[in-house]
Amino acid sequence: MGGLIKSSIARKVAMALSGLFLVFFLLQHFTINFTSLFSADIFNELSHFMGTNPLVQFALQPVLIFGVVFHFVMGFVLEIKNRNARAVKYASYNGGANSSWMSRNMVYSGLVILAFLGLHFYDFWVPEIVHKYIEFAPEDPTRYYPELLHKFESPVRTGLYILSFVFLALHLWHGFASSFQSVGFNNKYSVAATKFAKVFAIGVPLGFVIVAIVLHLTH
Amino acid sequence: MNLTLKIWRQEDAKSPGKIVDYQVKGIEGDMSFLEMLDVLNEQLITKGDEPVVFDHDCREGICGACSLQINGEPHGPDRLVTTCQLHMRKFNDGDTIYIEPFRAKAFPVVKDLMVDRSSFDRIQQAGGYVSVNTSGNTIDANAIPINKDDADASFEAATCIGCGACVAACKNASAMLFTSAKVSQFALLPQGQVEATDRVLAMVNQMDEEGFGNCTNTGACEIECPKGISLENIARMNREYLKASMKG
Amino acid sequence: MSILDSKIPEGPLADKWTKHKNTINLVNPANKRNIDVIVVGTGLAGGSAAATLAELGYNVKTFCYSDSPRRAHSIAAQGGINAAKNYQGDGDSDYRLFYDTVKGGDYRSREANVYRLAEVSANIIDQCVAQGVPFAREYGGLLDNRSFGGVLVSRTFYAKGQTGQQLLLGAYSAMNRQINRGKIQAFNRHEMLDLVKIDGKARGIIARNLVTGEIERHSAHAVVLASGGYGNVFFLSTNAMGSNVMAAWRAHRRGAFFANPCYTQIHPTCIPVSGDHQSKLTLMSESLRNDGRIWVPKRIEDSEAIRAGKLKPTQLAEEERDYYLERRYPAFGNLVPRDVASRAAKERCDAGFGVNKTGEAVYLDFASAIQRYGKEKALTSGMHNPTADQIRELGEKVIEDKYGNLFQMYEKIVDENPYKTPMMIYPAVHYTMGGLWVDYNLQTTVPGCYAAGEANFSDHGANRLGASALMQGLADGYFVLPYTIGDYLSKDIRTGKIPTDTPEFDQAEKEVKDRIDKLMSGTGEHSVDYYHKKLGKIMWNKCGMSRNEKHLKEAIVEIAELREDFWKNVKVPGTTDSMNPELEKAGRVADFLELGELFAKDALNRNESCGGHFREESVEQEGEQKGEALRDDKNFKYVSAWEYKGEPKDAQLHKEDLVFENIELKTRSYK
Repeated sequence: MGGLIKSSIARKVAMALSGLFLVFFLLQHFTINFTSLFSADIFNELSHFMGTNPLVQFALQPVLIFGVVFHFVMGFVLEIKNRNARAVKYASYNGGANSSWMSRNMVYSGLVILAFLGLHFYDFWVPEIVHKYIEFAPEDPTRYYPELLHKFESPVRTGLYILSFVFLALHLWHGFASSFQSVGFNNKYSVAATKFAKVFAIGVPLGFVIVAIVLHLTH
Repeated sequence: MNLTLKIWRQEDAKSPGKIVDYQVKGIEGDMSFLEMLDVLNEQLITKGDEPVVFDHDCREGICGACSLQINGEPHGPDRLVTTCQLHMRKFNDGDTIYIEPFRAKAFPVVKDLMVDRSSFDRIQQAGGYVSVNTSGNTIDANAIPINKDDADASFEAATCIGCGACVAACKNASAMLFTSAKVSQFALLPQGQVEATDRVLAMVNQMDEEGFGNCTNTGACEIECPKGISLENIARMNREYLKASMKG
Repeated sequence: MSILDSKIPEGPLADKWTKHKNTINLVNPANKRNIDVIVVGTGLAGGSAAATLAELGYNVKTFCYSDSPRRAHSIAAQGGINAAKNYQGDGDSDYRLFYDTVKGGDYRSREANVYRLAEVSANIIDQCVAQGVPFAREYGGLLDNRSFGGVLVSRTFYAKGQTGQQLLLGAYSAMNRQINRGKIQAFNRHEMLDLVKIDGKARGIIARNLVTGEIERHSAHAVVLASGGYGNVFFLSTNAMGSNVMAAWRAHRRGAFFANPCYTQIHPTCIPVSGDHQSKLTLMSESLRNDGRIWVPKRIEDSEAIRAGKLKPTQLAEEERDYYLERRYPAFGNLVPRDVASRAAKERCDAGFGVNKTGEAVYLDFASAIQRYGKEKALTSGMHNPTADQIRELGEKVIEDKYGNLFQMYEKIVDENPYKTPMMIYPAVHYTMGGLWVDYNLQTTVPGCYAAGEANFSDHGANRLGASALMQGLADGYFVLPYTIGDYLSKDIRTGKIPTDTPEFDQAEKEVKDRIDKLMSGTGEHSVDYYHKKLGKIMWNKCGMSRNEKHLKEAIVEIAELREDFWKNVKVPGTTDSMNPELEKAGRVADFLELGELFAKDALNRNESCGGHFREESVEQEGEQKGEALRDDKNFKYVSAWEYKGEPKDAQLHKEDLVFENIELKTRSYK
């Protein structure tokens, strides 16, 4: 992998695969969040499973963290290399004439998402780890739903949350469909796959936003 | 029409350059963009100044020599044309036009608007050929029938004129469209299969060594390509590259 | 007895080449490694020659003025490449291709060379396909053919309208393979400024690095010139801006005879000149004449009204139009050969019937074809009562499928929709059949100096048929020159590397530098282009499609005067030791100013009309052919090879008599 990952195409494929993995995780996360809208019990049950199952905790969780870290580290490495590939900038550059804003600004949408992830880790994941593995607090399978509600009480926090998901949608709008091209998937199904990716890019972040708004307004 | 031109002037590869303003008058819509620059140069020579240097040759859109980033787009605002076929009727009286060289680390400026695109040649030298003797002692041309769709797709890829607009348009100065067109041309034909593995690895390796950026699938190259080379070629090259990496 | 020895092998026509290959000397592979060959020009002829020579084992150095060999102007050839493959089973053969080419060239080419060309033509296609050139194919997967003007079979292989591009990229890829192996050293952005002779043999060149301005010496055991044609002597032509005669002319000045300079092909279907700013002309493929009908208004008042913008061509009724080719040549109609079509257009425009603002354009109209195809398509798709609009729409679709890219190109340049209003076309200089005189081995009169492709004179006689230029370039480069040059080089196996620190190189370099300094010292105010345009005007008006003694004599005087003015006054800005395109142009125009005079002198000498060369004094006086070109085999059945003697006016004529043993000389008739 060391040699392979040096080439531009291998890096591009690695970005695509890690991105696809994160997309998959996002879908799973969204499914669980979405249950909170109609059943606190199901939400608690699923959260409890994810929080305590050893396979999830000690196999999937590290892989996920690696995926996230890899995706953004590689993203920055590529961004730096790409900037260096044009040492002198254009005095006049009309990128809008030939490409979408989303495609040209993945690093910025990515940075916003990264900042959000920081907040999200601070909000959920750090207390969670402290709760479970440092304080060894007794397990309470019903604590998840109230904690969730608590997070969406503040309108500022909810607003920031929504903003982050707008950027996630922008990031996905280009990134998801683009990953097919990167792994060389280009055939008669491409048009359908791209459409699906675009729907996903809007739909899933919108879903997260709806969950946030509903929970904010109803509680 | 009368125009203000903001043109990049640079003495040679080592000297710093800058944008210089020029005025041209009496430009007609029937002139090509390069003929407009001819008018400017005639003016400059008469005044005893050095004319603006730019690459051009066939002036019919096929040799790939002409370049120029015009108002932030390679080959200017029109689609599916090279700069030599861009006509001044696309502009209006009083316009200000930025004219810069194609910019990339792998395309160093030679002088003014002329750049060195020999990196493209080196990518092709790395493997953009079929190793067949040129003696003519080969099999009959019709011995291997080739599916028409494949032959046509190979032709479409092979129409790349090597102008570098893809690199110039790409925010990352990536040469993926160019390289993939060359790889695809052979990948789609039976003649290209024998050396397919080595070819794609060698050409991508050379492309990376030249200092081009990475592809991020913005699609700008396809839009700006004067020959309309398709992004499909990039996907195909990615596939070929992965396949080759597994093998060897 | 002429001093020209064409070295045509003995024996029957069809056996000459095989026999010759069997008897010439070869260089063994180990010795080839010690032999250097310089190739100037990297188009189809130069690129393919360089690749094959390198593959045989010679050390090759290539030179081109572009930044990459792939940009040579062969790339612009649109239509196709002929080959006697007989894939269509329509009776084609080597002999038939040979016959068509000699006849098309109006019996002014060498039989043996043309037969060899026909013989190796089939190999070219095999070779190119093996290299991965994507020729057009049929649905069965086999190669497709189309037919071209002046012949009765379908033998033209093509890749849409970009055949030259695909073939050149094939040759360039073969070069790349050798560059990768280290057998070719490519000197791009370099221009040959002189040929260096040692003991009477070509032993190297002086070249200028166009980026740094450095003058370089390069030695070799032989020098191949494949530097293309000289159509740019007319300033406006379909050639690339940089196409020039310098390499060939420098060799001419060093002793290589220049053959038939007046044979120029004026292509009938180019986009007309739109104004004084025009820098070059764009060809529209000859294939358009298959469906387009050429006409001008019948009444001169209508032409005047059109020129003034008061009348549209579509407003003229059928009976108000003069389809002059169909009228004059009922048998061939719009498909007469290029030279005939060009002269007919000029005749109408000179008579005042031209249709664009400059008065130099005729219509190429697709309305009939659109109607015809539209009705046909409506029938086959089961429409019983199609409306006029439907027919038109269907017809336009068929035309678009056939010529879409050309129509699009026309619209980009002219800004008129050729589906709705007829195209305007006018003849333009396209190809030069003349060039350096070569023998059967493609060697010039300077030992060790060879010429291939458009740079030599050998295969097309006085007129070239469509799709034959690509064939000749590749035949010379891949299959002829690499073998014949071995015969010469076999005597050089013990010579060793040619040193460049000899008096001959010193002298040549000094002359080159002096010439550059002289070009830079002009004190006038006019640019190089000013002189080039003036030369072009003289050439076009007095040595163009139709020539006469009075005009040619005037041209000789005017060109000499212009040349004198040029050398005194031309203004070349910039420096000699840096990138300086004005200096490059100045050197090229200086040579055009000499060639132009020789051109006129040759045209004056040849008082007959043959192929692209039309002398008003030599026309049929009576009968069906009245007014048509009259060839004079009794007095002019020879190649004019000019020896340099200082000024062009002093050039000495040598004649190579053309012998026709396998073909009967006939009058070309297209009535």
